[in-house]
Amino acid sequence: MTVFSELLIIGVSLGSVYALIALGFVIIFKSTEVVNFAHASLLLAGGYAAVQAREHMPFWLALLAGVVAAALLGVALEFLVIRRYRGRDHSVLAIVTIGLDIVLLTELARQIGPDIFSYRDPWGSRLIELGSLTIPQTRVAALITAAALIGIFLLAFRFTSWGVSMRAAAEHRETAALMGIRLGWVSASAWAVAGALAAVAALFLSVFPTTGLDRDTGLVALKAFPAAIIGGLDSTTGALVGGLVVGITEAMATGYQNDLSFLGSGIGELAPYLVMVLVLLARPAGLFGTRELSRV
Amino acid sequence: MSEPLTKTGNPPPSAPAAPPSAAPSGGPAPAGSGRGRLHRRLRRLLPAAGALILLALPFYAEAFWLRAGLFAMAAAIGAIGLNLLTGSTGQLSLGHSFFLAVGAYGYCLFAGDPDGTTTGWGLPPLLAMVLAVALAGVAGGLFSPIAGRLRGAYLGIATLALIFIGQHVLFNAKDLTGGFNGRPVPVLEFLGLSFDNEKTLVAGVPFTAVEKLWYLGLVLLAAGALFAVGVLKSRPGRAMNAIRDHRIAAGVMGIPVARYRGAVFVLSSMYAGLAGVLLALVFQRTVPGYFGISLALTYLAMIVIGGLGSVGGAVLGAAFVTLIPQILTRYSESLPLISAPGTGGVAPGEASELLYGAAVVAAVLFLPGGLVRLPLVLRMRRQARRRTKTS
Repeated sequence: MTVFSELLIIGVSLGSVYALIALGFVIIFKSTEVVNFAHASLLLAGGYAAVQAREHMPFWLALLAGVVAAALLGVALEFLVIRRYRGRDHSVLAIVTIGLDIVLLTELARQIGPDIFSYRDPWGSRLIELGSLTIPQTRVAALITAAALIGIFLLAFRFTSWGVSMRAAAEHRETAALMGIRLGWVSASAWAVAGALAAVAALFLSVFPTTGLDRDTGLVALKAFPAAIIGGLDSTTGALVGGLVVGITEAMATGYQNDLSFLGSGIGELAPYLVMVLVLLARPAGLFGTRELSRV
Repeated sequence: MSEPLTKTGNPPPSAPAAPPSAAPSGGPAPAGSGRGRLHRRLRRLLPAAGALILLALPFYAEAFWLRAGLFAMAAAIGAIGLNLLTGSTGQLSLGHSFFLAVGAYGYCLFAGDPDGTTTGWGLPPLLAMVLAVALAGVAGGLFSPIAGRLRGAYLGIATLALIFIGQHVLFNAKDLTGGFNGRPVPVLEFLGLSFDNEKTLVAGVPFTAVEKLWYLGLVLLAAGALFAVGVLKSRPGRAMNAIRDHRIAAGVMGIPVARYRGAVFVLSSMYAGLAGVLLALVFQRTVPGYFGISLALTYLAMIVIGGLGSVGGAVLGAAFVTLIPQILTRYSESLPLISAPGTGGVAPGEASELLYGAAVVAAVLFLPGGLVRLPLVLRMRRQARRRTKTS
């Protein structure tokens, strides 16, 4: 039971980090209808900027630098590339983001090389004892930070004028534009928010118990794709639920690996994708996604 | 989400199917018709000359280039299949390398002899090849409940699952796949022909495996390309394009959308399986690390660079994407801006990735029909310039 509770907490914490990434992914999809396969490189860029900045400044400032850098990169991508393709077929646009991802990841991997960078974060490898449970501090910090960020985002999405214009644009682009909403701003801000969230996620993906930020950290962002799909690509609630599902599945499958050894080693990596396939078989639009209805 | 009916304002410009004859200016110039006739005759001769060069190449080119060419041919077969799915039907797939792996390992399994560590059925290699392609088709068919119901980029993410499942199986099912170190590929033999490294003298030139496989590759590629052209030009092809351009209209006209999507997915996985078999024969050893996500992205890059929805485009794109790294590696000393791996500069592998990643982005923006449309675009531009000069 102790093991189960520990795994559950770790899973929820991991899941909240995935939810951060998936949320950015969903925001971009809602506001620009682009499935952004370059999300992995946004995440890695934010992380890399932060660990580089960490050489010269205290932890929190460095984290902020990473967040700003990733947000700027997101805006730059939107402004320099995605905006030029407006009106094109969406699956072609998705391929364009794949091209971007190839370029960015190659360049970042070249910069990072074989090194592993540490954030030298304030939590280190310390553990928290809660009754009989032992949990790394970083996991608790991840959970609190992610919950706070997601809360702030959802409130902003609901109550600020930025959130209203975002939702209006997602509802009906042309009408929103006619009502005076600047679609360019909406989509640029979506990319900025997505980049910022990804940079925070990069921090929690590379602190203890992970060794640090390396060239493959971006690959972890791939797990946010099943998270977004499980929840439904156009639903923010779905991104949260999907993130949690993926996190808990992964933590459980990794934790009980020995009991699942007949499935081979490394089943934890695979489990989120299997869950995604199962969900898609039952509900092709995801758990919370809008079912497509077309009137003819 | 409000769906396509509201989007009638912008017909998908990605559709490369716009009839090239639509431009009346593309016809032979009225003045200087002698030159026009010569031009036309040259154009008819060009494919024949190309075929002749391809047939003669093993007698002259060294093994390195033949091997590179074989990779390009295998990639071209896979890319044709992916283009049927992505270019013509508008369904994104990031799982193509999974089906390549099914083909490659399926061939090894069916044709290989059991050697204590890995199982093998020891079937005749040609039969094994056919079975491997069929196996890839079955794998695609198993995924078709999802492939039929999802569209576009959704399917792209869903197919990511295939890659991870594939990698997991390849590393863990050791008696089938040989695990991390992979397994050797049995030599292809049929009708007394053996595609092994035994030197056979043909017209005074020693033929080893690469030279022999070259002809096999040509035959397979030609067959695959012809079949794809046939599919695209007939009823199914039109139905596929209709699904891509307007799913609902296609459904209203009586096209079973889900069944078509599933069927195209199966067909494209069979192409991938065939490409996998050919790749395995060239590599002579299959390793799991090769069939990862970056391979699948490479195939997408090929069809976008070459031209979405066209068979020629897939072949061109495959040649471009597979030959570039080979050329860069080969001539890395004499090329500027490129240095040997590990020296801090841009290594040839990285340079080629940067190049084709950027080419994908640029192709969609500046050359929506891909490389295959380049001559047409250039000709139209030249004619436009001539017209402005005369008027």
